Amino acid sequence: MGLESKLINDGFFTTTVDALAAWARENSVWPMPMGISCCAIEMMASGDPKYDISRFGSEVMRFTPRQCDLMIVAGTVTYKMAHVVKKIFDQMPEPKWVIAMGACTSTGGMYRSYNVVQGIDQFLPVDVYAAGCPPRPENLLNALIQIQEKIGKTRVKDFPDSPQVGFDTKQTELSLSKN
Amino acid sequence: MKELLKEKLAKQFTTVQFEFSEQVDELTVKLDKSALLNVCSFLKDEEGLKFNLCEDVTAIDWATRKNRFTVVYHIFSMENKFRLCLKVDVDESECSVESVSSIWKAANWAEREAYDMFGITFLHHPDLRRMYMSEDFEYHPLRKEFPLMGIPGTLPLPKK
Repeated sequence: MGLESKLINDGFFTTTVDALAAWARENSVWPMPMGISCCAIEMMASGDPKYDISRFGSEVMRFTPRQCDLMIVAGTVTYKMAHVVKKIFDQMPEPKWVIAMGACTSTGGMYRSYNVVQGIDQFLPVDVYAAGCPPRPENLLNALIQIQEKIGKTRVKDFPDSPQVGFDTKQTELSLSKN
Repeated sequence: MKELLKEKLAKQFTTVQFEFSEQVDELTVKLDKSALLNVCSFLKDEEGLKFNLCEDVTAIDWATRKNRFTVVYHIFSMENKFRLCLKVDVDESECSVESVSSIWKAANWAEREAYDMFGITFLHHPDLRRMYMSEDFEYHPLRKEFPLMGIPGTLPLPKK
């Protein structure tokens, strides 16, 4: 996955690197602005100088999924759009997180109808739901802070595709003494 | 303008039955679907009328009436700044009407939408595909018998 998952095999100052990587990730979450409808306006507002999402290191909204690690799904997801959202989500590199912003995204909201997906958790692994219709920028920032807390607690072994070696003191000592 | 229009229509189409009514200060003309194409091209080309803008084509589902659907055309004359509404009854057993997209190109997509939502076939339409729903979808969502929450399993979601 990243630098630290390479190092874990060599048993080389893993805990420190792990914590460092988590700290770096947590404070530089690059969002993928999946602005589908009106929630996107509030998402943009959270980037303006008044609310200033860059206080949390997330001002780099990237319009390519390849450079992002947080998808903010902001707006009503229809069945047609669901395939597009999923395709973009699949292109984001691991590790990645998802904020379901607003009522429509979380539950279908006021669109109780045949064409709207009643909650994007039916096809995406959602980490934080932001309530509101649309949520105020403070609410989105709160969701971001919660994601940051989650990222800060995440360790390499928690990621699904990381090698299941884990931190082993004996191995570390051995490899150090060899060198 | 209203009087002129009624006069011209009556003069040009002696065999066609027109039913005039007024709603919210807008003139509505109800006619038989067999006369639709001739009347539309007359309304567009006739000097002094010139209805050159097709604003919308849509339909109404009356569910229990004898003629189940009504196709509604909203047309506008830029020259006279006058708006007109045309209505054509369509029965479920013969669920089709001539396409007016040869007269107004703007009707193309509007007719596709009406076809998608109500299942009314527009004859001689250049490209009658579904507008909103996926092409293998079997139902017409704005028909009254279609359930509000849809039919489970008919619209696929991506795998988790």
